[in-house]
Amino acid sequence: MSALRFLWGVARTPRGAVSAAVLVLVILCALFAPWLAPYDYAIQNLPGANTSPNAAHWMGTDEFGRDLMSRIIHGARTSLSVAITAIGISVVAGMTLGAMAGYFGGIFDRVVTAVVDLTWSFPEILIALLLIAIIGTGTESIIIAIAIAYLAQFTRLTRAQVMALRSETYVEATVNLGAGHAHVIFRHLLPNAITPVIVAGMLATGDAIILEATLGFFGLGAQPPTPSWGAMMSSGTAQIFIAPWIILFPGAAIAVTVIAINLFGDALIDALDIRNRLREV
Amino acid sequence: MLLFIVKRLLLLIPVFLAISVVIFMLVHLVPGDPIDSILRVGATPAERAALVARYGLDQPILTQYVTWFGKMVLGDLGDAIILRRPVADLIAMNLPHSLALGSLALVFSTVVGITAGALAAIFRDTWFDRGVMTLILLGSTVPSFWLGLLMIMLFAVTLGWFPVSGARTASALVLPVLTIGLGGVALVARVTRVAMMDIARRDFVMMLHAKGVSRWRIELGSVLRHAMMPVVTILSLRIGWILGGAVAVEFVFARPGLGSLLITSLNQRDYPVVQGCLLMLAIAVMLGTLLGDILQAMMDPRIREGMK
Repeated sequence: MSALRFLWGVARTPRGAVSAAVLVLVILCALFAPWLAPYDYAIQNLPGANTSPNAAHWMGTDEFGRDLMSRIIHGARTSLSVAITAIGISVVAGMTLGAMAGYFGGIFDRVVTAVVDLTWSFPEILIALLLIAIIGTGTESIIIAIAIAYLAQFTRLTRAQVMALRSETYVEATVNLGAGHAHVIFRHLLPNAITPVIVAGMLATGDAIILEATLGFFGLGAQPPTPSWGAMMSSGTAQIFIAPWIILFPGAAIAVTVIAINLFGDALIDALDIRNRLREV
Repeated sequence: MLLFIVKRLLLLIPVFLAISVVIFMLVHLVPGDPIDSILRVGATPAERAALVARYGLDQPILTQYVTWFGKMVLGDLGDAIILRRPVADLIAMNLPHSLALGSLALVFSTVVGITAGALAAIFRDTWFDRGVMTLILLGSTVPSFWLGLLMIMLFAVTLGWFPVSGARTASALVLPVLTIGLGGVALVARVTRVAMMDIARRDFVMMLHAKGVSRWRIELGSVLRHAMMPVVTILSLRIGWILGGAVAVEFVFARPGLGSLLITSLNQRDYPVVQGCLLMLAIAVMLGTLLGDILQAMMDPRIREGMK
């Protein structure tokens, strides 16, 4: 309850209000796409192809005469579900690895740190492309690729938090009182380390939306006719001279969503006063 | 200093080995038999066996890796399956285009980013600062390939100032460099601004003000100079990030380059080419990071000494 009240407080700051409103709108689109979309996203109407935005089709139609707005509303579903699932997996896996590395130390910590440092200097898109080369294209592959591409970030962040907390007196006291490893990690370390990781996860979700769109733009993501913002732009490039709106609107949808996520994340960081803890990355 | 560079280079060897193993394993981890994708339909088992022997796939995996690594070091990356040419030739054709784009984008990001960030810090809380902050927000949130498409629409299609795609003329570099650059500028400007505002609060800066040194001299001579350290640190950490941006942008502008080659080969499942491209991009990121480390060591004696 207190978390909800806190979020409500953030949403009442000017920056938080605008970004929260946009985010709620995008999430509603993703959740209720079939009811909100004015048309079926897959129905083709070749005589009405490439029509510019008008009263019947607010964002125009694409090269198959499909309603662009309906496809963008459905695309929110693809983008958000891929990004949130991928980052969710990445956060959980990264927290587990980071907490274990930071808590137990030793050879396990050295191996984890070495791998994290190795992947750290490589851009996420290269890691994702490498993984897609191995596991193939499609929505599931993209989720796994994005999840692994961001794993280093969360592992590193959690490890730094846990290392800092481990030497706190109350943790040492708990250990000396005979508490097991699991008790210390799950009851004391993770609850205190979780806030910066969750915020970093939220900001990474924005990056993941861009990464998903980029991979979709390359033709490596969701296969047609499933609408995805990146793939829509990819097919729009052939129409760039006659129907620029096919590129304009999906890109704007991505930009607006990601900017809203970043602004809200920024407001959260200020409200939680954790900017210094995030900088340890 | 030379000792430092040699030590950093030696440190890269295990990293390179690890990367080469991952890239080598790529072909073996791919679901299905890679031979099936090369064989024509209706091939006899004998033809199949011949092909397996030709690619050395009947050898133990360690032998295969050593053979592959030995050839790779000598510049033999195998033959492309679809394009039917040596991968090394394809890379040699595409690499100069990527190098030109990547290095220009890096220089542009650094110069414009530091200038914008420094001016924003000096004129903090003015309209200029807010403008730079907005640019930073846009640069770090707008997908680079969309920005590239918008640039094509405005400057190439509507205004006709630059070519839409390709790499035949030098002017074809302008839009791709700007596209990658905006993301880089945003990163560099943000770090410069924050670092300068942090330094400006330090005691020695207050001292300089108290001594009556002129404001510009303090900001440019002392604050900016000290703020360069974190900027170089971030640049050396995220240099690969700027290079990675080039992959998408090459594809958008239909420019020849490693990124375009990688995406095309991925879609065609031409694995030898994918391996070659990933290897080259990994080397580029490693060398970029090394360059950043050397710069850092040149600026900060503590890092040089710490390595010894």
